[in-house]
Amino acid sequence: MEKFNTLNSQAVLLPYEDVDTDQIIPARFLKSVSREGFGENLFRDWRYFEDGSPNPEFVLNQAGNKGDVLVAGRNFGCGSSREHAAWALVDYGFKAVVSSFFADIFKNNALNNGLLPVQVTDDFLAQVFQILKNRPEAKLQIDLNEQEISLVGSSLTESFEINSYKKYCLQNGFDDIDFLLNKKNEIEAYEQSLA
Amino acid sequence: MSAKTLFDKIWDKHVVHSVEDGPQVLYIDKHFIHEVTSPQAFSGLKARGIPVFRPEQTVATADHNVPTENQHLPIKDALSRHQVETLIKNCNDFGVELYGLGHPYQGIVHVIGPELGITQPGMTIVCGDSHTSTHGAFGNIAFGIGTSEVEQVLATQCVLQKKPKTLKIQVDGELNPGVVSKDIVLHIISKLTAAGGTGHFIEFCGSTIEKLSMEARMTICNMSIEMGARGGLIAPDETTFEYLKSRPFVPKGEKWDRKVAEWKSLKSDDDAQFDLEYYFNAEEIEPMITYGTNPGMGIGITKDIPAPNGKTTSGLEKSLKYMDLEGGKQLLGHHVDYVFIGSCTNSRIEDLRLVADLVKGKKKADHVQAMIVPGSRQVEKQARAEGLDKILEAAGFELRQPGCSACLGMNEDKVPKGKYCVSTSNRNFEGRQGQGARTLLASPLTAAASALSGKISDVRELMK
Repeated sequence: MEKFNTLNSQAVLLPYEDVDTDQIIPARFLKSVSREGFGENLFRDWRYFEDGSPNPEFVLNQAGNKGDVLVAGRNFGCGSSREHAAWALVDYGFKAVVSSFFADIFKNNALNNGLLPVQVTDDFLAQVFQILKNRPEAKLQIDLNEQEISLVGSSLTESFEINSYKKYCLQNGFDDIDFLLNKKNEIEAYEQSLA
Repeated sequence: MSAKTLFDKIWDKHVVHSVEDGPQVLYIDKHFIHEVTSPQAFSGLKARGIPVFRPEQTVATADHNVPTENQHLPIKDALSRHQVETLIKNCNDFGVELYGLGHPYQGIVHVIGPELGITQPGMTIVCGDSHTSTHGAFGNIAFGIGTSEVEQVLATQCVLQKKPKTLKIQVDGELNPGVVSKDIVLHIISKLTAAGGTGHFIEFCGSTIEKLSMEARMTICNMSIEMGARGGLIAPDETTFEYLKSRPFVPKGEKWDRKVAEWKSLKSDDDAQFDLEYYFNAEEIEPMITYGTNPGMGIGITKDIPAPNGKTTSGLEKSLKYMDLEGGKQLLGHHVDYVFIGSCTNSRIEDLRLVADLVKGKKKADHVQAMIVPGSRQVEKQARAEGLDKILEAAGFELRQPGCSACLGMNEDKVPKGKYCVSTSNRNFEGRQGQGARTLLASPLTAAASALSGKISDVRELMK
């Protein structure tokens, strides 16, 4: 997993609520047995027409709308537990997703893949949408150490929550399996206490 | 000692370690896997050179990506076949029990766990599938996880999780005729929205819930995730024990008696505090149907579709455009092209009996394609033994072989673009049943009634 510290990037705006994991990566693309290559089908049915040509109205197909940060409406990532949704976002190149509300399983999946879910207030989100709509070149700065997100060149700034364990994992590129494998003795002791 | 909810009792008993200002290491009793969300987890174990820690606590089946016709033949789609073969190889290499295609126990993972008695009260259960919440009907903590977490469980029989908050949903009163458990849960989600339970774990209770069969309870717990909750449980009672008693994987004899005595203590303390509480009156619930593109967009079947108010950002306008439906109008009488009866929500024997009862001696509308996909080989066998297959086929309903099928359209069972499908599944997301498909979620009764008339119908009209 890649380390995450600070990020300074333009953002891609997806101003819809309840973006579900079936939109992020439709089920027919879940047939792979590896973690790679899902980025090309990210938001497939919004991004492409049925004949495979790009839909010019979709944000990822518009020049100038690029960046490492996706900003989306509330309840992002609801629905299926498919981690393929997080893999697709990472494979496409996103490093953080900003929303005012994340579905639980998606949030865990994102964190387990070094993709930072930044939960902001509805008010902050609305302002980011408003400003970036007019100034798409503006950059968002996300500082994990300070747990702060700000719009560069403005006074718009907000702090965000992340538990210190997950923060430590992201900063160091550690994953949960390393942590759990180190707890083997405790796990075995737990099993014995039940017997 | 302070009063505890049932959720707290089971959770706390399974905590191996708590990380300061972080998640907890939660011990997992049973782990289910399937072909779609497990291959990358096994690859992870191989890359680290480690075995499955407790292979006897994991059970595998093939369900998401399997055909529902000619299951004895090789799978035609090369990618699907490779995924199913990878599951077989991984289970062989790592010593995991597999109920694959052709096995008499094969079926949708959330149907087979309960019907085999692998699912039991008081357990912690996970699976790389969000509808793992289904198993909570037996009074356990069951929730869906991502593939990295599947790998955690395979490697250590534990998963790192932050403890959710608790949410009580109490339903009291008598259900009206024509109203079944699917209507209860669609009603609840329509009130709480698709995000109303996020961050929480639900306990369903109340006199209405207590009177439901185990299969009806499973339908409710199944859709906990559709209001954003990680899972939902129901305290075990005599209905639970009676259902489990004769199942192949439950303890027998004296061990059974001891287990039941232990399970009887599994309930929330009277004065236990929940973080959130909601109360519903069963008498106010009518047959439900969804009109939009998330399961919270549901209405009573005689009600009007909500009209966008112009300033909304909730996606109502976008949803209605996708569905090609008009706000302010009724759904009743709207044209239907497909009917799908199946999925981990409604594919059990009681669902098939309800449908067979209703359509017996009748015929589906000519223009409707009606597909029934049983949840498991056991359900299929039982349906045939009871002669339901004959009744259904005479009414023009096609009884297929078990799998997830048109719930998510990973296999060939898809709804074509622009077509309307009344479906007993759990999600009406854009494209869920096929690119451009329009899904209307409803109960098996409403689905069957709509297949007969060829339009969205109020089943109560047929029951008069």
